[in-house]
Amino acid sequence: MSLAREVWLVAGKDLRVEARSRVTLNQVLPFGAVVLLLFAFALDPDRGLLSEVAPGLFWVAVLLAAVLAVSRSFAVEAEHGAIDGLRLSGLDGASVFLGKTLAIAVQLLLLELVLGIGVVVFYDTAVRSVAVLVLAGVAATVGIAATGTLFGVLAAGLRTRETLVPLLLLPIVAPVMLGATRAFEAGLDGVPSEAWPWVQLLALFAVLYLGVGVLAFGSLLEDA
Amino acid sequence: MISLARPAVNALGLLTLVALFVLAVLALGVVPPDAVQGDAQRLMYVHVPAAWLAYLAFFVTAVSSALYLWPRTRQPGWDLLAGSSAEIGVIFTGLTLVLGSLWGRPVWGAWWVWDARLVTTAVLFFLYLGYLALRRVPADPDVRARRAAIAALIAFVDVPIVHFSVNWWRTLHQEATVFNPDLDAQIEGSMAWTLLFAVVAFTLAYGYLMARRVQLARLEEGREERELDAAIAARVASGSERTDLEDRVPGEGTGKGNIGDPAVAGAGEHR
Repeated sequence: MSLAREVWLVAGKDLRVEARSRVTLNQVLPFGAVVLLLFAFALDPDRGLLSEVAPGLFWVAVLLAAVLAVSRSFAVEAEHGAIDGLRLSGLDGASVFLGKTLAIAVQLLLLELVLGIGVVVFYDTAVRSVAVLVLAGVAATVGIAATGTLFGVLAAGLRTRETLVPLLLLPIVAPVMLGATRAFEAGLDGVPSEAWPWVQLLALFAVLYLGVGVLAFGSLLEDA
Repeated sequence: MISLARPAVNALGLLTLVALFVLAVLALGVVPPDAVQGDAQRLMYVHVPAAWLAYLAFFVTAVSSALYLWPRTRQPGWDLLAGSSAEIGVIFTGLTLVLGSLWGRPVWGAWWVWDARLVTTAVLFFLYLGYLALRRVPADPDVRARRAAIAALIAFVDVPIVHFSVNWWRTLHQEATVFNPDLDAQIEGSMAWTLLFAVVAFTLAYGYLMARRVQLARLEEGREERELDAAIAARVASGSERTDLEDRVPGEGTGKGNIGDPAVAGAGEHR
């Protein structure tokens, strides 16, 4: 079986589970929206701060939602010993890693789309360079999904996984938070040239951790 | 593999103590105060070596973790070394932040500024705090060691990215004074020598702390083995009669999550 086929099998399984359980849709997405709402309470909308800091608020909301999405991705495997099935499936560790990363990334991208529309509508934000937003968004999301999948399997089966994953994940993705926010600021202001170094940084981060995951995931899955 | 003999450790400890005392005398009494910053600048003699020590410790953690993961050099000792070094690294990263904060208040006028190096150091602190938290979760020693080693490398790979991204973002911290790009040390003689001495003294302290930490871990391991032996002997002695031995099986109260945590403590954890 080719790598792409294996990756698609795993990603398809996770996305099918989501399509039937709708946990991301019914719980993680509303959670992200509530976070956006709370920011409006924290930063008085009348002072015009919200539209100024919208990129940062957006990515904080996405990161918090990503923590939940990662937990969900491995909670699914914990039920009914599904993870044993994954281990016994004969699929390569790298394929499982890429598949689970892909599934999380797809869910996060949809979530970002909805939250992004929310930001534009509720924070009164003007969008100028859509291409920059899409590129930075995809690169950042792949990076978050890859590191999330790595830490998800690292903490899978541990009693304290719900608290451990955020503590491990959030400092690691600090550069993503920084890069994505700066790139989005440039994209919203319509100066793509300022966004490029950040998009490159995001892409580097994503490629680096995809590489680490491909190498390390198999051994972590055996131990999980 | 890496444990020093007890007299050697004690000698190292004494040497460290003397070096730190001499450092205190030099930094507080002998070296002149900074022309601009006055006495506040004397914090440099602890702030800079603390930062050096933190980086050294995390570097040792990364190397030990890599050596543990490499099949040919896989030995439990490397895992022990990685964990011990990370503990010391986190403490000294915290110390670097606190000392820097104390220095920043009189010089920059604020306890904290959002400068590149400060932010990088803070991220580093939390990265390795997470690593230590992962180590504290009980599990089969081999599994936990492998998991921790991979987590350490994941964190280590992040350090340069954090560094560069934050550098692009903002910079207020003074440029490196000694190891600047021109290799032209802009520091007065006696200050430079005191700083160098401080780095040496802190490195000695690192060596001593590591040696003690490894000693401690060995003792913990020994106690666990003895407790396990005692529990097995007790069960054998009681014959087929079932007792409440579960309550006395080692792992309980052995300093949960310390480096040498027993397999038994987390046997149920490993699925």
